[in-house]
Amino acid sequence: MWIYEKRLQYPVKITQTNPKMAQVIISQFGGPDGELAASMRYLSQRYTMPYKEVAGVLTDIGTEELAHMEMICAIVYQLTKNLSPEEIKESGFDKYYVDHTLALWPQSAGGTPWTATVFQSKGDPITDLHEDMAAEQKARTTYDNILRLIKDPEICDPIRFLREREIVHYQRFGESLRIVQERLDSKNFYAFNPEFDTGTCNCGRK
Amino acid sequence: MMNKSRQEMLQYINEVSFVVDDTKLFLDTHPDNNEALEHFRKYSRMRNDALKEYARLYGPLTVDLVSESNENTWTWTEEPWPWMGGVC
Repeated sequence: MWIYEKRLQYPVKITQTNPKMAQVIISQFGGPDGELAASMRYLSQRYTMPYKEVAGVLTDIGTEELAHMEMICAIVYQLTKNLSPEEIKESGFDKYYVDHTLALWPQSAGGTPWTATVFQSKGDPITDLHEDMAAEQKARTTYDNILRLIKDPEICDPIRFLREREIVHYQRFGESLRIVQERLDSKNFYAFNPEFDTGTCNCGRK
Repeated sequence: MMNKSRQEMLQYINEVSFVVDDTKLFLDTHPDNNEALEHFRKYSRMRNDALKEYARLYGPLTVDLVSESNENTWTWTEEPWPWMGGVC
């Protein structure tokens, strides 16, 4: 279901390497609250989401997160381009380099490999949307933390863009939750799970 | 569109495409919002025109635009790839 365009959603043009920062920023690739986690979370949840609008939101935002993952990888790639062995040793990047050279591999800043355990796809619309709203806030905080560590405008510029998108996504998931609640039993949202209990979907648009 | 450098055209494509991306998400949860729909249509048109023009001058950005560029060989994999920090 994907066609791609040969451009990043927002430009990444970094002229100065910085392996120390690369080690931090890589968390938004393979870390618990990063873009890979976000995209896999939403793209996994969408299959059983009974409400078309919400399945659409999950697909569209999940796709955008793949583009964000690409931006993060472009940042790390440019920050570590053509490093010399001395620069690698001196920055502490040697621990990553020994296993991956300069290639991109999804891990957290602390070295934990990416795993599906960083997200849930729970099969209940209320639960999954709360998971998604929390994910966007976790990502936003991670970008806040990154921005406190870096002052280089070439890096901060795409990072700030990515941070703003998390806030917009949070808004869209909040609206999706409201859409779901409108289709549920208004006296008890938990009366049934429309993804599982037959005949309870009420899936048509209002 | 006249006399725009490659960089300027790409910047323009980024900008109008972002409006399309963001409005699309808004429309997913507000499907009956006519103002947003109009906004989407306007920028989608601008984006598609710009993509075609860019393909004509500098090469296709999507596989569907490959036939718009006047090339006799398959150049899709030629640089620059967007993560390299060059024009894209």
